[in-house]
Amino acid sequence: MTATVTVGGLTAKAWRGFVGTRWHERIDVRDFVQANYTPYEGDASFLAGPTERTRAVWHRVSALFPEERRKGILDVDVATPSTITSHAPGYIDRERELIVGLQTDAPLKRAIMPNGGLRMVENGLGAYGYTPDPFVTKVFGTYRKTHNDGVFDAYTPEMRAARKAGIITGLPDAYGRGRIIGDYRRVALYGTDRLIEAKRAERALLDTEPSTEHVIRDREELAEQIRALGELGRMAATYGCDVSRPAATAHEAVQWLYLGYLAAVKEQNGAAMSLGRTSTFLDVYLQRDLDEGTIDETRAQELIDDFVIKLRIVRFLRTPEYDALFSGDPTWVTESIGGMGLDGRTLVSRTSFRFLQTLYNLGPAPEPNLTALWSPRLPVGFKEFCARVSIDTSAVQYESDELTRPRTGDDTAIACCVSAMAVGRQMQFFGARVNLAKALLYAINGGRDELTGEQVAPETAALTGEYLNYGELSTAYDRMLDWLARTYVDALNVIHCMHDKYAYERIEMALHDHPVHRFMACGIAGLSVAADSLSAVKYARVKVIRDSTGLAVDYVVEGDYPAYGNNDDRADALAVGLVESFMAKVRKHPTYRNAEHTQSVLTITSNVVYGKHTGNTPDGRRAGQPFAPGANPMNGRDRHGVAASALSVAKLPYEQARDGISLTTTITPEGLGHRPEERPCHLVGILDAYMASGGFHMNVNVLDRATLEDAMEHPEKYPDLTIRVSGYAVNFVRLTREQQLDVISRTFHGSL
Amino acid sequence: MKAATTTGRIHSWDLSTGVDGPGTRFVLFVNGCPLRCLYCANPDTWHMRDGREATVDEVMAEIEKYRPFITTAGGGVTITGGEPLLQPAFTGAVLRRCREVGLHTALDTSGFLGARATDDLLADTDLVLLDIKSFDTNTYRKLTGGTLAPTLNFATRLDRLGKRMWIRYVLVPGWTDDPEAVDGLARFVAGLAAVDRVDILPFHKLGAAKYEALGLPFPLRDTPSPAPDLVRRVRDQFRARGVNAC
Repeated sequence: MTATVTVGGLTAKAWRGFVGTRWHERIDVRDFVQANYTPYEGDASFLAGPTERTRAVWHRVSALFPEERRKGILDVDVATPSTITSHAPGYIDRERELIVGLQTDAPLKRAIMPNGGLRMVENGLGAYGYTPDPFVTKVFGTYRKTHNDGVFDAYTPEMRAARKAGIITGLPDAYGRGRIIGDYRRVALYGTDRLIEAKRAERALLDTEPSTEHVIRDREELAEQIRALGELGRMAATYGCDVSRPAATAHEAVQWLYLGYLAAVKEQNGAAMSLGRTSTFLDVYLQRDLDEGTIDETRAQELIDDFVIKLRIVRFLRTPEYDALFSGDPTWVTESIGGMGLDGRTLVSRTSFRFLQTLYNLGPAPEPNLTALWSPRLPVGFKEFCARVSIDTSAVQYESDELTRPRTGDDTAIACCVSAMAVGRQMQFFGARVNLAKALLYAINGGRDELTGEQVAPETAALTGEYLNYGELSTAYDRMLDWLARTYVDALNVIHCMHDKYAYERIEMALHDHPVHRFMACGIAGLSVAADSLSAVKYARVKVIRDSTGLAVDYVVEGDYPAYGNNDDRADALAVGLVESFMAKVRKHPTYRNAEHTQSVLTITSNVVYGKHTGNTPDGRRAGQPFAPGANPMNGRDRHGVAASALSVAKLPYEQARDGISLTTTITPEGLGHRPEERPCHLVGILDAYMASGGFHMNVNVLDRATLEDAMEHPEKYPDLTIRVSGYAVNFVRLTREQQLDVISRTFHGSL
Repeated sequence: MKAATTTGRIHSWDLSTGVDGPGTRFVLFVNGCPLRCLYCANPDTWHMRDGREATVDEVMAEIEKYRPFITTAGGGVTITGGEPLLQPAFTGAVLRRCREVGLHTALDTSGFLGARATDDLLADTDLVLLDIKSFDTNTYRKLTGGTLAPTLNFATRLDRLGKRMWIRYVLVPGWTDDPEAVDGLARFVAGLAAVDRVDILPFHKLGAAKYEALGLPFPLRDTPSPAPDLVRRVRDQFRARGVNAC
């Protein structure tokens, strides 16, 4: 885009002292950061604790949490479908808040977003004892079609059957797809006037194109984006902020950025509403104010603390079914911290530390989802601080900067849990996941469901031998996965076409370049169950138990087999093979808007539900038993400690799973060293080694089993107990009992 | 050298961090032990015959897979058991090969068979984790079935050689918490210049399930883990003698 730049008046004042030119001429936040940030290679000793003011604001809002937890939701506005401008301003503590803005007119009061689907709203309200508003029901039931309606108009019977059977699950066909990161930094750096100008320039280029279906859609979307930017300006004005111009101080920069984000969470109830990579961007402003002497470290930390308070209280109205999949009311306000620049300088700044410091100043919490982009080359002081925070709070996740930087650049942020994207340039169509373990059972049963006996996949010859034969099984499985990949990508195309049409992310996309690069983010669940099942058939003997209709319903494993998770190539190669082959199958099918195919190996907490809906498997797993989360080895089958387990996972090729590969580990404190003072250094060693071995993601919990068991019995004693599960963090006491038991049954790597 | 064909009886291997020597370590458990400590957490390593035969090459190939993990943060390889000095040729060969490929080496031993450790073997050992089970000769015998003197002789020899040592002391209520015996050990250790630290390991019953699986009674089934206060008292007793204990 080549919009003219007038750096005069307010803009000149806002940009005082900043250097660089490219970012003046076009919207390019990365260029601004690169030209102006101050890398920080020191340790954590400069950080400031919480002020009385910070404590008071946090106390005011956190005092509401117990009631919210008891009731499920604290309050909801049933009558006002949420838009950027729908609600009057709300405050936690108007006198003392530094950063203002709430989704509705009161803290923790939820809003309805019926564009995604009316039934979701009605079920969500009903679950907590609220009655849907008749006017809303009439508008969205009569006059205004929703995303959910659109999808079901275009689903085929095959897609419906696959969805119902749970072989394709968690599809965003009734809720907001999320996982789109607006570049909220743009609001602070440029102000909305300039952003609108740039969007108009993008739009003008399309006006000369013939009006084909694609061009018409793009023009309409750009018009909506421009409208949304205007609404952002009006919403900000109700809080007394003029975001039409660039932010002129650190306080304004944090505030403007947050208002951009707030507009997004007022408009979209996305499954994951991630923040991006903001800390080092904000550091430029904080450092300028510090240098100018207008703020001190205490104030700098206060601004970040206040910002994080706001991020911690983002809330959406969701249904109990949704919570069963993704428990703990997650919003995935993922903030990516650290990493190295393409020029070799670290992207760690003092504000990277300040974000982590909020876990001490405000206490541990699952949101925002703090994600360290890890490289063995990171400054030692930052690495050790991350490790210390992990050991103290279990609230940080780690992703390989070495794997993302060459692919999505050094302005990459993580959406949701493990999805890497270049901020403002790339977005994804979130595709949930397919159940690879169930697909294996379908292969054995000729496409019939092992629980219901119904024919879900097209009928093929069932395997009939008394023992499973590896050659026969792998051929049948390969064919079954062909069908699954085709049906899956087809269903995703339907979903995302309808989402764009009926629940378009106007403000988030307004904070992206046009044209944007799109990913079709497929996913697989049950990898370790499927790999171990294949290993059992290949290296042991697996006898089939069939019911009277010939349906294989159980398996007896005779002998031992190598299990995935022990750094044993025999089993690990089977897992690698599945990842590679399913990705190849997915790539064969055309995608909506020519999105680039990717896949993740991630389950979040849905491994429990997938397991519940999957029968006995040939690896010896019993029907209903949870899968391992993400790419984890099955609980208890990794017998050689965290390193062996991690190295198995590190073998999965990131190139064939560009949407991320998730590993969750739990280490007992003693497992990191007998002496507490040595533990951070040891954890750094484990992370360095894992990333150096090609590992992509690691959730680190440092906990012992006894603590979790006690928390199940006495939840009131552990309101802040945060643990990491497959790509995000949750309050342990907010998990369902089943999920708590699943977490406890996971392998603890200790010093046995 | 015959190292390539030297074989040993091994139980398993594992990776651990910060407990079996510095950093993250590849821990090789060998089979066979002359002692029968009442609190033993690994009864499945008592007999050599229960182990599986492995060559030094095999062990080295496994270790090589973990090089990134054991070379960051100053880790290495630890041989434990069972009692590694029950198979001195095998243990020595593994230590030598690790040394040749630049890995830090540690030997975890009760010292009861210290006389079997040749000077060559010790030259290939960077660190000895010396488990002193008790400083009271009677208790030592009752607790382990062996005698204390060889361990103390070994410690003195290591000290003379300037071999770095970490002393490990399992604290078992009613068995190894006698203040006089603790103080005796503390004084002995304080006199060894080559000791870098003492790790006080609170007794745990995580091995109980193994006894059950082997159909053996777990002698300390009813013995509790030491209370934090007791751990602190014993630690402070060591510290009072100027020993770096934790």
